[in-house]
Amino acid sequence: MSGGRDEKKATRAAYGETLIELAEAGLDVFAVEADLAGSTTTAKFAERYPARHINVGIAEQNMVGIAAGISLADAGKVVFTGSFAVFATGRTYDQIRNTVAYAQLNVNIVPTHAGISVGADGGSHQMVEDIALMRVLPNMQVLVPADYLSAKAAIHLAAASPGPSYVRLGREPLPQLYSSTEGFAFGRATVLRMGDAVSIIACGAEVSQALAAAELLAARGIDAEIIDAFSIKPLDGETILASLDKTGVAVTCEEHSVIGGLGEAVAALLAEHPGLLRKPLRRIGVQDRFGTSGDFNQLFGDYGLDAQAICRAVVE
Amino acid sequence: MSQRGIQTTNIDILVEQASQQVAAEQDPLPLMANAAIHATQAGIVQQVQQIAALMRIDIVRMIAEAGSGHPGGSLSAADIMATLFFGGVLRYDPTWPTWPDRDRFILSKGHCAPVLYAALARAGFFPVEELKTLRKFGSRLQGHPDMRKLPGVEASTGSLGQGLSIAVGLAYALSLDAPPPVTAAPIPGVATAAPPPAPAYPASFRPHQVYVLLGDGECQEGQVWEAAMCAAHRRLGNLTAIIDANGLQIDGPCAQVMDLGSLDAKFTAFGWQTREVDGHNPAALLQALDPASRPPDGRPLAVVAHTVKGKGVSFMEGQAGWHGKAPTAEQAATALAEIQLSAPTGETR
Repeated sequence: MSGGRDEKKATRAAYGETLIELAEAGLDVFAVEADLAGSTTTAKFAERYPARHINVGIAEQNMVGIAAGISLADAGKVVFTGSFAVFATGRTYDQIRNTVAYAQLNVNIVPTHAGISVGADGGSHQMVEDIALMRVLPNMQVLVPADYLSAKAAIHLAAASPGPSYVRLGREPLPQLYSSTEGFAFGRATVLRMGDAVSIIACGAEVSQALAAAELLAARGIDAEIIDAFSIKPLDGETILASLDKTGVAVTCEEHSVIGGLGEAVAALLAEHPGLLRKPLRRIGVQDRFGTSGDFNQLFGDYGLDAQAICRAVVE
Repeated sequence: MSQRGIQTTNIDILVEQASQQVAAEQDPLPLMANAAIHATQAGIVQQVQQIAALMRIDIVRMIAEAGSGHPGGSLSAADIMATLFFGGVLRYDPTWPTWPDRDRFILSKGHCAPVLYAALARAGFFPVEELKTLRKFGSRLQGHPDMRKLPGVEASTGSLGQGLSIAVGLAYALSLDAPPPVTAAPIPGVATAAPPPAPAYPASFRPHQVYVLLGDGECQEGQVWEAAMCAAHRRLGNLTAIIDANGLQIDGPCAQVMDLGSLDAKFTAFGWQTREVDGHNPAALLQALDPASRPPDGRPLAVVAHTVKGKGVSFMEGQAGWHGKAPTAEQAATALAEIQLSAPTGETR
């Protein structure tokens, strides 16, 4: 693989590249942007397909409306639109709800810069409520890829799926966990490490933290099963329940508020299937706080999202 | 006629009595078969006026039957909608609602769904009888237009300020199907860095037209101006925004609630071509909307149509209180009688 799998890569790096792949494969793909084409990486797509890249300037609500309008022109058009996650969801929520999701348009929201890993820009730009906002919308599917290749897979899935999808991407380079884009689907989680002591269910940047935590736990003789949830909605209940049937202990990990995200989705699932948990569910995530400026490691440490924090939660 | 479980009610009988004379004298369908009327501009205008009167009857009847809805803005837009659908402006086929070569109409002020439903029913997209199901459980005629339920509805709207953006996206995507502009052809071997926006198609070509109807109060939504800016920047010459400027919004006169000043001047400043017309005069509307009268510079067109809220029903005219209130059965009967009295006769000149 070019670049090598040891090299860290941001999930956002998959965005512009995958749009070019889709267009080269013959799909009538459009990207609608709001003055962040360089950051979201669709600038590459714009160079190749200038007529299918619409930069609306700093006007995110119009961005979503225009994306909707393009998708209405004919059924073959597949539209992607995005910005920083905080603008692509919070600022445009009514547009996504009423114009896109209600009408089941094939408009895919692909924000980059989700979560606190945005770093130095601080709390105003660190979106930790977006999964909650998107997950609650009828017709909306939510994918949170954990590395570069699974992000490519998620974008392909969103393009092929008729209704709207939300694909959450991040700015921070992450370890590469997968060797191909095969095997991903809506409603399908991936068991990355088998174990019988605890089920750690993670998504996005937290998957690599969970894998690192598994090594720390192994040193203590605790054999953790690591599940990359990938598809938050629909959730892969079968894989999660099967793992819990084996371990009886669950910890969820997400770079998102513990309110409304993966942790609550798993909590609801387990509440509907009582008797599997031997110990209370632990939810790692942002504990009802806004973000703050800092670098990735400082923030993941302070917010209790790093491997050590996951390890502590399991041991407790 | 096929009906969807429609039952005759009290109000139905009342309004039927009031409107039966109109219905008996005027049979607007099939429109295209009435070639003699179509032959003259005066004939077209009269036909538009007749259908507008029928649509007003439909609006009052369906809102009264529903017990809720928005009569004021539906009535103010009736002549505009009749002109678009029955004046030969919009290209559509009710037997093939998704006809790829159709023009598009977006009702940005989605709460005025009754006027859209009346136009679609009178155009033959679905039975007129179905108008009675407005806002009822199981109906395709939702309180605000739902494109997934009703044929002819091009976009689901209702949250104000979003229709112009949708129309901009549609107009842009549809203009891509047009042949490349003659004047802006690239010179081989010469790199042109970011040429100024040019019309997306030659003047001789008629791309799919996109029409969007907004309210003047709706123009208080900031997104309208985000979209206006983009439409001009992209030179969307196949886009027409019509503003139903009835001057009233829920809380009172627009000028008192939040004065926008001259919408004409604002759209002009945003790079649009603009026209101000009497929104109850089909001849003036037809002239303003005539593609031949548009300069070929690719600018989008804004038609500020000055109207009277509640037009056609004396006790609703100019009253903000009738923005979102249904008439009682008695009020509806009075309203229908008034509309009937002022409706043009079926005679052609």
